[in-house]
Amino acid sequence: MTNPLYKKHIVSITDLTREELELIVSTAEKLKKSPRSDLLQGKVIASCFFEASTRTRLSFETAVQRLGGTFIGFADGGNTSLAKKGETLADSVQVIASYTDAFVMRHPQEGAARLAAEFSTVPVINGGDGSNQHPTQTLLDLFSIYESQGTLDGLKVAFCGDLKYGRTVHSLAQALCQFGAEFTFLAPDALTMPDFLLHDFEEAGIKFRHADSFEEIVHEADILYMTRVQKERFDETEYKHIASRFILTSEHLLEAKPNLRILHPLPRVDEITVDVDRTPYAYYFQQAENGVYAREALLALVLNESI
Amino acid sequence: MVEKKKLQVEAISTGTVIDHIPAGQGIKILRQLQLLGTDLRITVGFNLPSKELGMKDIIKVENRLFDEAEASELGLFAPKATINVIEDYSVRGKFKMSVPEQLESVFECPNSNCITHNEPVQSFFTLKQRENDIQMKCKYCEKSFSKDIVAGL
Repeated sequence: MTNPLYKKHIVSITDLTREELELIVSTAEKLKKSPRSDLLQGKVIASCFFEASTRTRLSFETAVQRLGGTFIGFADGGNTSLAKKGETLADSVQVIASYTDAFVMRHPQEGAARLAAEFSTVPVINGGDGSNQHPTQTLLDLFSIYESQGTLDGLKVAFCGDLKYGRTVHSLAQALCQFGAEFTFLAPDALTMPDFLLHDFEEAGIKFRHADSFEEIVHEADILYMTRVQKERFDETEYKHIASRFILTSEHLLEAKPNLRILHPLPRVDEITVDVDRTPYAYYFQQAENGVYAREALLALVLNESI
Repeated sequence: MVEKKKLQVEAISTGTVIDHIPAGQGIKILRQLQLLGTDLRITVGFNLPSKELGMKDIIKVENRLFDEAEASELGLFAPKATINVIEDYSVRGKFKMSVPEQLESVFECPNSNCITHNEPVQSFFTLKQRENDIQMKCKYCEKSFSKDIVAGL
């Protein structure tokens, strides 16, 4: 039977059904345990990063090579015909797609991946479009949650930091709506979860609440998803006042549930102190490693009728 | 005894009458449909008494029948309005508006960083009624906006 993701564009996490998310997670788990170097044999993948990226690009390119494929592309859009000659993205996509079997892209503008999917003859995989979506980050987050908790269902997930602009937070919360999660939000007043998402959670029947401190969270959360409160969003004194409330230290974890795992999309600046790294709750480096397996799973499913 | 019904706004021979517009929305519709600044003969009534709405606006446009795109835009501003197609002083067709599910190439996306602004594609929104507002979500950048923001009102 053809897997449901075969030849499918992966643009937004909300395009994926619960079954498709579970298939990606279970495939990632299999590929982590038993590597396969044949799944992209003879395939050429475009890796087009119109905006710089470290982890996403390198983990995609690692995933392609581990599965036996090769990639072409660029790590910075500055030297492309778009930037130099004013070519439209639509034209670039049509040309690059004709050389390759799949098109992995990151772009600084929102909607770029959806547009690319309309013009591409091969599957487009969104590696981030402006502040909009970053579905493969969500897939590796889901895989890390599954790996550390043994389930995706009915978990208590706390989100902390910049919940207003953080696309990773938005996408993960949207995906977890399909698994009956319960949310707690800890954020500065200026960076709370947007209303349109709160409406979505209500419609999905998801319970959520707002918290004021880590102490309110750690004793009941299964997952604490940390993000960075960006300095540039505040003036300096305001930032100093606010940021200290959202820095996680090992002292905050004294009452933590044993199965609590802390995730972070990285890069970390100072929102998780390094002493947390030595606690059993820290899971962000395993999470980053899982980026390779989640992307391997996605590429393998999109390019193979069955695995 | 038959009570003589007096028209609140003068009748037209041929054209379109948009009735049951919530009071205050009439001027927005005129602006949005770019009916102002044309040489069309338009009769408008604002804040007229209405059994259903309390007060309503009405717009009569002579010698002009609305197309589907205009009707969709209208549905956005006055979903309960009725459009009457008039020929020879009588109503030849009548239909009720409803909020369209989708709207293509009518409005630009308010998100200045949306890819639609510099690529060869038409804007595309899906619409959702939410409390007293209509939320419009761009198919490309996936951002949601109140209809008034999208329409630039």
